Amino acid sequence: MTGALWIRPERIKELSLLGVIVLAVVVFGFLVDDYYSGRFFNRVTTSVAITAVLAVAQTLVIVTRNIDLSVGSIVGVTAYLTGEFAAAHHDASPVLAIAIAVGLGAGLGAVNGLIVAYGRVPAIIVTLGTLAIYRSWLVSHAEAKTITADSLPSWVVDLPTRTLVSVGGLDVRVVVAVVVAVVVVLQLALARLRWGRRLYAVGSNPEAAAQSGLPTRRLVLSAFVGCGALSGLAGFLFLARFGTITVVAGGGLELDSVAAAVVGGVSVLGGSGTLVGAVLGAVLIDLLDQSLVRVPQVNEFWRDAILGGLILAAVVADVVVGRRFRRRWSAEARPHTRLDDEAGAGGAPPGGGSAGGGDTAGGGDAGGEDETPALVATDPGGDATDA
Amino acid sequence: MPEWARTHSWELLLGAILLATVLYNATNSPVYLDVDNFVNLFRLSIEKVIVAVAMTFVIINGEIDLSVASVMAFSACVLASAHQAGVPFPLAIALALFAAAAAGFVQGLVVARTGISSLVVTLAGLIGFRGAARILLEDRSIGDFPDWFGSLGRDDFLGPMPVALVLFLVMLVVGGVVLHRSAFGRKVFVIGSNAEVARYSGIAVARVKLTIFTMSGLVAGIAGVFFAARLGSVRANIGEGFELDIITMVLLGGVSIFGGTGSMVGVALAIGIVLNLRNGLGLANVEPNTQTGVIGALLIASVLAQNLLDRLPLRRRAAAEA
Repeated sequence: MTGALWIRPERIKELSLLGVIVLAVVVFGFLVDDYYSGRFFNRVTTSVAITAVLAVAQTLVIVTRNIDLSVGSIVGVTAYLTGEFAAAHHDASPVLAIAIAVGLGAGLGAVNGLIVAYGRVPAIIVTLGTLAIYRSWLVSHAEAKTITADSLPSWVVDLPTRTLVSVGGLDVRVVVAVVVAVVVVLQLALARLRWGRRLYAVGSNPEAAAQSGLPTRRLVLSAFVGCGALSGLAGFLFLARFGTITVVAGGGLELDSVAAAVVGGVSVLGGSGTLVGAVLGAVLIDLLDQSLVRVPQVNEFWRDAILGGLILAAVVADVVVGRRFRRRWSAEARPHTRLDDEAGAGGAPPGGGSAGGGDTAGGGDAGGEDETPALVATDPGGDATDA
Repeated sequence: MPEWARTHSWELLLGAILLATVLYNATNSPVYLDVDNFVNLFRLSIEKVIVAVAMTFVIINGEIDLSVASVMAFSACVLASAHQAGVPFPLAIALALFAAAAAGFVQGLVVARTGISSLVVTLAGLIGFRGAARILLEDRSIGDFPDWFGSLGRDDFLGPMPVALVLFLVMLVVGGVVLHRSAFGRKVFVIGSNAEVARYSGIAVARVKLTIFTMSGLVAGIAGVFFAARLGSVRANIGEGFELDIITMVLLGGVSIFGGTGSMVGVALAIGIVLNLRNGLGLANVEPNTQTGVIGALLIASVLAQNLLDRLPLRRRAAAEA
């Protein structure tokens, strides 16, 4: 990454998204009295924490050219069961409660992943099914009972307002810090670790990845398990934030998570997108959500229409501007990084992301870490035979 | 296995499940085989099954339309607010249908022109048109429709069947003929199996996609109008989540989510299964929510079973010979 090439397509997306967020903050600052207050900052950040974790969860799966529509149900199930556990064991350690939420989520994600990867059932079908199954299990398990805030131990209820550090009147909540840490670690893993690069390779061109000897099934499974675990974490955050958990808790979050990822520049065709982008997408959506309510000129009923327009604008701008920019970028690029462009192009013209041509050796090199082909060569992987 | 059975194994499987459901229900509930019960089971889901016919075209074409439930609500809200504003009712209906078709057209245009995944475009539509419905009605509920409109949703039209059910049956037959016996239907399949090849073969891919999305919007609008007639009053949140039920019916019908394969007969059987299963479970006092879970499990199991069957050596050899 030298010279002009340090700017990659993902960076452009992230930077422009950041620009839109700043613009939104400035515009809302004019429209809303007392917009730049510590309280509002806290409200947005604690609310973003949940959506951001889900956007990251969804991105892990989308990157492998799959989708998880069951995250909302996983949030509901984990929030409810963890709440039940915490209510019954007031002296249990917080770590145990969080571990239960994450473990439970990972288990539910594993069910999805096993059926997708080993049963070869398309992810949209599997998770459409488990969306209904997990939820209906929860409803019959709960028997119309609700988890209430006063039944929970105080550490759960107090968690959202716990502050780690205060910077000039702005409090950084513990919850927010934890989420930021999780996102940073996962982003690094996705960008730097062999596992992360391979997820991109699988999503970029599944056949080529399998031909290169990558354990594609285990990789897809790992993405679903990761997605489930993060949804479990989001379920715990949901419990802490709202305290009151009914059987419909978390319903509809699956679409919010897909929306955040898409606004954040993650291609639903797989192989392209970053967690940071997805988080920025979540920030933008939540920011609009929380800000529009306060603008006197528009009312709350405009929220969905604006959000829908925003998603459309984000993807159309990505295609129209991105396509032009990437063509130029790829012309300047060094020859051996040329394939980055194809993977990054997403819905681009013939032979791009969707068609996934026949270039077995390099087609799987999604994000353009130069060493990826070497990794493929040194580790032919055990699962190549059962592909 | 005869050739016919081999190529229609999915429909046979669905037919067997449907038969089993009907037999089970018939032995367990005395009222089940009543004609009124059958009509009633369609009546309560008529909006979904109407949209499922159009959704079959969309998915076979290799796309998806997540926005249908929102477009349904949008058209119902256009109808209601036009009615409230004093627009003559037939004109209000025309406006509602036009708005829905326009919603489908716009989404189809974006999909066809930019090549952006329809999953994303119609996700934006799902949120955006629900938003448009909210802008129109806010949190009000509008009713007071003319009497004839209310009776359209309630009363019998042909024998024991209400208008919407008759319309659904007509659409099912016409949809089946268009899909399987017309040039347009062939194009839908060809594009669904490989849009590139279709383009190079001189098929106007963009036009076909645009037509299908516009139809999908229009049909969702028709369903929305009937929904308004049946409910008697309209709110902005009607039909939330219907898209998942509709897509489940189509996929259970053996339509491939990747496009290119599927049949209207399969979808009709799947609709029969979903409705009879819900009805039977309902008569057996199983909660609606558990019914949804059962149908979710059935959806996964049916595809999984088909995949496992495909791995049997016997089937593989048969496929190789064919």
